[in-house]
Amino acid sequence: MAELLEISGITKRFGGLVAVNNVTFDVRDREILSVIGPNGAGKSTLFKLISSFLKPSAGEVRFKGQRISNLAPHIVARRGVVRTFQETTIFRNMTVRDNVIIAHHLRSRANLFGFFLGSALARQDENIFGQSADEILAFLGLAPQSGEIARNLPHGHLRALGIAIGLATNPSILLLDEPFAGMNHDETMKAVAMVRSLRDRGLTVLLVEHDMPAVMKISDRIVVLNFGEMIAEGTPAEIQSNARVIEAYLGSEDEAIGL
Amino acid sequence: MSPPVKILSVVVFLFAVFVAVPVMITVTGRTDFYYTLTSVALLSIASAGVWLTFYIGRINIGQGAYSLLGGYASAILVVDYGWSFWLTIPAAGLLCAGVSILVGLPILRLRGVYFAMVTLVFTEVARLLALALPVTGGATGMTSIPLPGAVSIFGLTIIPDFASLENPRLAFYLLAVTLMVLCFAAMYRIVHSRIGRLCQSLQQNEELASSIGVNIVYLRLIAYAISSFLGGVGGVIFVAISQSIYPSSFTVTDSVNFMLNCFLGGLGYVFGPMLGTLVLYFGWDLLFEAGRFQLLIYSSVMIVLILVLPNGLLSLGLILRRKV
Repeated sequence: MAELLEISGITKRFGGLVAVNNVTFDVRDREILSVIGPNGAGKSTLFKLISSFLKPSAGEVRFKGQRISNLAPHIVARRGVVRTFQETTIFRNMTVRDNVIIAHHLRSRANLFGFFLGSALARQDENIFGQSADEILAFLGLAPQSGEIARNLPHGHLRALGIAIGLATNPSILLLDEPFAGMNHDETMKAVAMVRSLRDRGLTVLLVEHDMPAVMKISDRIVVLNFGEMIAEGTPAEIQSNARVIEAYLGSEDEAIGL
Repeated sequence: MSPPVKILSVVVFLFAVFVAVPVMITVTGRTDFYYTLTSVALLSIASAGVWLTFYIGRINIGQGAYSLLGGYASAILVVDYGWSFWLTIPAAGLLCAGVSILVGLPILRLRGVYFAMVTLVFTEVARLLALALPVTGGATGMTSIPLPGAVSIFGLTIIPDFASLENPRLAFYLLAVTLMVLCFAAMYRIVHSRIGRLCQSLQQNEELASSIGVNIVYLRLIAYAISSFLGGVGGVIFVAISQSIYPSSFTVTDSVNFMLNCFLGGLGYVFGPMLGTLVLYFGWDLLFEAGRFQLLIYSSVMIVLILVLPNGLLSLGLILRRKV
C-alpha cells in the first residue's frame, strides 16, 4: 500500500507549551488508522495540524507527496483531506439534506456568477448534488430524517450527519474526530461497521478516539500519543502489548486498553 | 409559494408601486408622499445591503459611511468633473465596493459584537473625513447639485432631463423605486441560488464551511462588497433628490436605523429590509403628533416588537399560517 499522507517531524508550540512534539508517521492508502492517547496528549491538535486549521511550528504534512501544511483549510479540503468535528458541528438551521447538499460545494463547476444567473452548469450541479446527497443520506441511514432541521436531530444522527457532510466533499482521506464519543455499545458497533464501510467505498480513514475497544476492533494500525510525543505505532495487537503504552495508561483499568 | 402565486404577487407588487401609488397620490393630492416614499425606497436599498451582511453572520452598523461616501462621490463627479448623474450611480457604487474590500480584508475576521463595534466607528470616521477633506466642502457640504440630466441613445430620449419636468417628484419616485425593485430582485436571486446557502453556511458555522472547501474569506468579501455597493447607491439617490450633501447627511443614527430596518422586517426574509424601512419610516412620522414622547413611544414599540416577534414582521405570516 502506498503512503497517502506523510506526517514528518510535526511540532506545535502554544507559547511555552509543546502540544505536539516531533511526531512522524505515515498513513497508507485505504487504511483505518487511529490516533489514541490520554486526555491532553495532543490528539486534537495533531488533527488540526493535518487539516491545516493550525499552522505547525515545525515539520510538515505531505499529501500525495505535496506539502499541505500552511495552506488555507479550504484548499486542503479541495485537495482531498477533509475533517469532521469533535463537537456536533453542523449547519444547525438548515435541513439535513441541505447540510449535505451545501457540502458538495467543492465539486461544483459553476462559479458564483453562474449560481446568480442560474446557468445551465449551476442547474446541472444542483441536480447532481441533490442525487448524491440522497445517496449519502441513504448510505448513512439518515434518509428518513432528510427533511428535518438539523438542530432537532438526536445525538447519534448528528454524528452521522457530520460524517455525511465530510463524505459529500468526496475526500481521499476523512479525518474523524471522536466518532464514537457518547455512544453506547450498540451504537458504537453500528458506527464501527459504518466506518468500515467508508473504507470499502475507497476512503482512507484517520480517526482520533477514546473508546479503546472500538479502536482495537476497527483499526489497521494505531498511533499512540502521550504528552504530545508519539510513543508507539503498530497494529492493535502490538499496541496492546507495548510496555510504554501500558505505562502511559497506568492508573486506568486494564480493560481501558482492551486487554 | 407555488410559481403562479409568486408571479402574481410580483405583478401585484409592481402594479402597486408603479401605478397604484402614483394614481393614489394624484387623486388625494398628497404629493408630499412622493418624498416620503422615495426616501423609503432609497433607505431600503441601503438596508438591503446591511441585511446581506447579517446573512453572512455579521452585524453591520457602518452602512451610513458607505452611503455618505457614495453620495459625496456622485456629487463631486457631477459638480467638479461634469459627469452624467446616471454614470455616477454605478461608479459610486463600485467605489464603495472597492473601499469596502480594502476595509473588509482586515475587519471581516472579526465576529459578533467586535465587528459591530468596528463598523460603528466607520460612520463617524466618514463624517469626520467629509469635514476635513479638501474636496468635500467641509461643514457647509455641497449644495445646488444639478438635477439628473437626460439620457438618450441614438437620439432617442429614454430619460428626460429632470430639470425640464413639471413633476420631478414623480420622476425621483420612479427612479428610486426602479432601483429598489432591481436591488431586491438581485437580492432574491442571490439568496435563492446557492450563493444564499453558502452565505448561510458562513452565518451558521465558518469553521465547518471552511472544512468543506468554502473559501470563506472570498465569500465574506463579496458579500460585504455587494452590501457596500448598495449603501453607496442609496447615497447617490439621496444626493439626487436633496441636491445637496453634508457631512451629517448620514450619521450613526442612520447606520443604526439601517440595521433596525433589517431587524424589524426579519433577518430571515429577503424582503424584510423593505418592509422594515417602510414601517419604521412611517411609524416615526406618525408618532410626530406625540411631540416629546415620540422617541419614548417609538422605542417602547420597538422593544415590544423585538420581544414578541424576534424574527421580524414577516414571520407574522408564518405564525398565522401555522395557526390556520
